Order: sequence, then C-alpha cells, then structure tokens
Amino acid sequence: MKGYLGIDIGSISTKGVVIDKDNNILASEYLWTEGDPMGAVKKLLKVLEKQLDGKDIEIVAVGTTGSARKLIGVMTGAVTVKNEITAHAIGTTTLHPDVKTIFEIGGQDSKIIIIENGFVVDYAMNTLCAAGTGSFLSSQAHRLGVSVEQFGEIALTSKNPTNIAARCTVFAESDLVHKAQIGHKKEDIIAGLCKAVVTNYLNNIGKGKKISAPIVFQGGVSKNVGVKKAFEDAVGQEVIVDKNGHLMGAFGVAVLAKQSGKENKFSFDTAEINFKTTGFECPKCANHCEIICVFKGDKLIDSWGNKCDNGAVKIPK
Amino acid sequence: MESDVYACFPQWANYSCAFRFIFEKGFEVNYLTPPPITKRTLEIGSKISPDYVCAPFKYCMGCYIEALEAGANCLMQIFGACRLNYYGELAEQILRDMGYKFNFFNMANIDFKSPKSILENFKVINPNASLVKIGMALPVTIKIVKTLDKFEDFIRHNVGFEINDGEFDKVYKEFLEKLNKINNKKELKRLNKEYWKKLHQIPINKPDKTIKVGLVGDYYTVQEPFSNYFMEKELAKFGMEIYREMNLTNTIIHSKFKKSLKTGKKYAKHNLGATGNYTVAEAIKFAKAGASGIIQVKSFGCMPEIDTMPILQNVSKDYNIPVLHFSFDSQTSETGVKTRLEAFYDMIEARKHK
Repeated sequence: MKGYLGIDIGSISTKGVVIDKDNNILASEYLWTEGDPMGAVKKLLKVLEKQLDGKDIEIVAVGTTGSARKLIGVMTGAVTVKNEITAHAIGTTTLHPDVKTIFEIGGQDSKIIIIENGFVVDYAMNTLCAAGTGSFLSSQAHRLGVSVEQFGEIALTSKNPTNIAARCTVFAESDLVHKAQIGHKKEDIIAGLCKAVVTNYLNNIGKGKKISAPIVFQGGVSKNVGVKKAFEDAVGQEVIVDKNGHLMGAFGVAVLAKQSGKENKFSFDTAEINFKTTGFECPKCANHCEIICVFKGDKLIDSWGNKCDNGAVKIPK
Repeated sequence: MESDVYACFPQWANYSCAFRFIFEKGFEVNYLTPPPITKRTLEIGSKISPDYVCAPFKYCMGCYIEALEAGANCLMQIFGACRLNYYGELAEQILRDMGYKFNFFNMANIDFKSPKSILENFKVINPNASLVKIGMALPVTIKIVKTLDKFEDFIRHNVGFEINDGEFDKVYKEFLEKLNKINNKKELKRLNKEYWKKLHQIPINKPDKTIKVGLVGDYYTVQEPFSNYFMEKELAKFGMEIYREMNLTNTIIHSKFKKSLKTGKKYAKHNLGATGNYTVAEAIKFAKAGASGIIQVKSFGCMPEIDTMPILQNVSKDYNIPVLHFSFDSQTSETGVKTRLEAFYDMIEARKHK
C-alpha cells in the first residue's frame, strides 16, 4: 500500500506523520528538535519505521514544512516543501472541513488563520517577538518548578487567576516574580500566565481579525488545557482541540505531498546515511552571506544562503 | 573639477544618480556615490544609533560612516514630517562626538520661505555656490528622478514574467551606470529613449490576468530594497505584478498628499503624519484597482505607520482584500519573511479559486 510521509521540523519539536491515500494516520511521532534538525529527523524516521513494521507500506512521497523544511526537504528528497501556514491550514481543513478560525501556538511562533469555505482568506503571524509562545511558557514553568505538561491541569484548579502583564515577555516575567514574592498562590499564577498568553495572542496576532466558530486550537501549546480554557473564556466560544492537533503541520504537508501527484520513493534507510552541513562566510563582498552546504556522505547535494551570484556554490550533477 | 568637497547622501533606492547630478552640475562639488548597503552597513549603523530609533536612521548612520571612510567630507539629511526631521541633528552630533570632521547639510534647518536661509545653507556645501547654476541643474535632476521612477514602475509590473532570469536587472544596471555619467538634458533624453525601448524589448510571458499586489509603507523601508529584504524581488519570483506608489515623484515632485487625504477621508480625517495618509490612500487605490493583496512594510516603531494598521484592517474588510504587515528592524533572518510571503502567495492563489 502507498504511504505518504509528512515531516514538520519546528524550532522546538519535530513531528512526523505517515498517512495512506484516504488520509488515515498510520504512524506518527512527536519529539524534541534540540537544536539538531537532522539528528531529530533521523530519530523520527527510526520511530516511524518501527511503527510501520509488519504493515506493507511503501512511502512514495515526502513533504516537509516548518523552519527547517528546506534542509530536511533536501535530506529526504521531498516532493513538497511548504511553509507551515499553508501546511497547517491544509491539515486542519482536511480533518475539520467547516473550520473558520485556527489558533496556533507553537514553540517560537504563533499564528492565526482565517478560513472561508475551506480556503485561507487571512492570516497573521507574530513578527518580532516571541511573547506568549510555547518556549515562554516552558521557561516560566521551569521557574515555578512544575513540568510544562502539568501546567494546564494546575491552572484549572485556580479559582482566582492572578493578573499578569501580557504585553511583553520581559514584563510578564518580572510581574510573575513580583506576584509570587508577595504571596499569590502558585495555581493562580499559573492560571494567570495562561490568561496572559491568550490576551497577548488576541491583542497581537488576533487584532482586527474576524474570529468566528468553529475554532480549532492547535500547536504544542494546545495540549495545555489551561490555555484552552483561557481562550474559551476570552472569545466566549467553544475551542476545539484535535487529539492530533500537535501533528497538524506534518499531517497537512503529507496531504499536500499526496495531492502533488509527484512520487519519489523514499526509504527509511535515509536514517542510516550520513548527512552533514557545513557553513562558511562568503568573503566576496561586505554582505558576508552565511552559505550552507549540505553533503550526503562526501557528495555536495545542495547549498543556499547567498544573496548574489558571486556566492553561488556549484553543485556537481 | 577643482572642488575638494566630496558630498554624499545616504544610500536610498537608486536616487544617488539624481543627487550626483545636482551636486556636480549645480553645486559644483564632487559627489561620492555611497557604497551599496551590506550587512556591515547595518551593523555599524545599529552600533552607533540609539536602540529604539527607527531602522532607516540606523541605515543612514551606517552609510555615513562608510561614506566618510571612502573620503566623503560633506554629509546631508533631508527633512520630514516625523522623527526624520531630527535625524540630521542627531546624526551630526553622533558623528561629531565620534571625532569625524565633515560639513553637514541639514535640510531641516532651511526656512524655504527665505531665499537668504536657502542660500546660507547651500553655502555649507559650497561657499561659492551659485543659485543660477543650481537653478539650471534642478530641472534635469527632477527629470532624472522621474525617469528612475517611471522605469522602476515598469520593471515592477513586468519583472515577474521575464523569460530569461535576471534580464531586467541586467539592462537596468547598465542604464544606471550610464545615467551616472550624463552631463546634460540632451544626454538624459537620449539615454531615456534608448533604455525605455530596451526594457520593452525584454521578452516576457505575461498572462492577460495577473496577480497584482500593492506595496505600501514608510518612506524609507518601502523604497530601499535592502531594508525590506528585497521584497519586490521575492514577490516577483512568484510571478506577481507589483505596484508601489511611494517614490520621490509622487511625494516631493508632484505631491499627492492632498489627494491622499481626500481618497482616505472615510478612514482618516486627520493628518497621520509622515507617510500615514499616503499609505491609507494607496491601499484604497490598489484595492479599487483590483489588487489581490496589500503588503505593508514599515520600520519597527514607526508611529505614523502603526497608526495606519487598524485603518488598513478596515480597508481590508471593506474591500475584501488581505493585508500583510511587516515590521523591520536590524534582524537579518530571512526565513520568517519568506515563510510569510510564501503563505501570502498560497492564500491569494487559493482565494482566486473560491
């Protein structure tokens, strides 16, 4: 049977999904990128291969998305390399055809996608600031001595969430420290943080956007029930969290790879091949472009990063 | 030329060709074409600028230093209806504190109603400056600016459809090199004619119905390609037709400010400062003309442009046109910009089939 692999390599986590021609998820995995996208993908491939063991699946197309999509696209011979906004929208509309608003909060970025009749009609993404994203929540969880996985459950026990400045991570952090020191309860602070994330999101990304139900909330932070509840309180609507919400980018790009109609057979042996990247600064002008070369074994297979032709690296055919 | 003055205006789109003409032919001093902006320019500029100042100031500071290094001894700054009006004074002070020796021609100091004030300030550039000579060079300078703007408009509309990659760039670069050497109106006219024809001869494959996208934003960021990550080039790669109204012709030479106030009356009754009203009016104009999307590029913290954001959201709703906002400071990662542009293109494509 034919299978389609989608990989979403984010700044914080790497997600992989294998689907069949009817978009059923046959295998999936979610693990930490830990600053090493190639290593994370190799690990991911091993896990997925194991999950597919015994089933007669042949991967005929790969799609990649997320901030390392290009690098991993080269590594896996992907037929589709797509930005995460489109990938998420496709993934969600495939599973929830009537969705009108997608809230998405990931490790480093957050976005809102507005959908009409199954098509993206508007979107926004945070630009300069990482306030109110997953990495902020996890560092604050660490500060409070709770694991980020428990964060949401603890937040739900609060009856009186503490007010925490939502405008900026730095302000939020000092506000939090201050509130803790004057004796606010931990669960109230945690619930307050969840609220702050939501306020920040709606004030920045969601500003001026037409938010209407059904709303789907996804991305790693959607697993946090505290944030989900804070969203529901803020918009006064039910917010749907799909059980595969954290995999939506990978799922979407797998669907796109399937829809592309292109096939490029993929073998899980890729996990065994030695890929490496080298970077150097192009000395030819004051732009000092950082040029990345990707090697498969000893063979140069791709390079990028040059702003002009002077820095172009010849790829041997 | 006998003058030992080397004047330089910071890098700003391709207008150095026009500055060169007025300084060499009008003020009778040498003109130093500023070195092209690179990462180094921005690094130097950021280092010596206040952190919270808008990015164009940082670019200007970097350009000043690189111009001084290249031998410039007369720097300048224009005036404006926002913080730009203080740019000159602040820049001059920072550079003087650093120990540089130079003359500074600050147009914000000129009282344009007083010929005496004008002449006095002109003498900063050349003590023997002749108003007659400057008056004679001015019409040609204006014509150069208009030519640049006309050519670039044409390129924006067509470069996305060129059959041989990079051909428009090549022809235009050649034109700029020649433009930087002209001596009089006659030569300009000839060059204009020759290259207007050459641009039209470049083979393109342009469908009848194209995806049009309008660029709006603050004066510097929308005009200087380096400061917006060469966004026009990136958009052209998707095969889009690009529109931009903001340029010297439409602001200083034939100001469309009053018209802008009128066009945007429904959305903004007051003067928003700087380019705010232009941005609103241009967005409305693009929307009415059937553009598929509007992109606003602005420097981080640009107050007048921030004020236009909620207004643009209203335009977006009323005309059912998506608006994408970009804020630029001195960060240099292109990944985020490319992701958003790619998604913008996907979205426009999808809306077409709705």
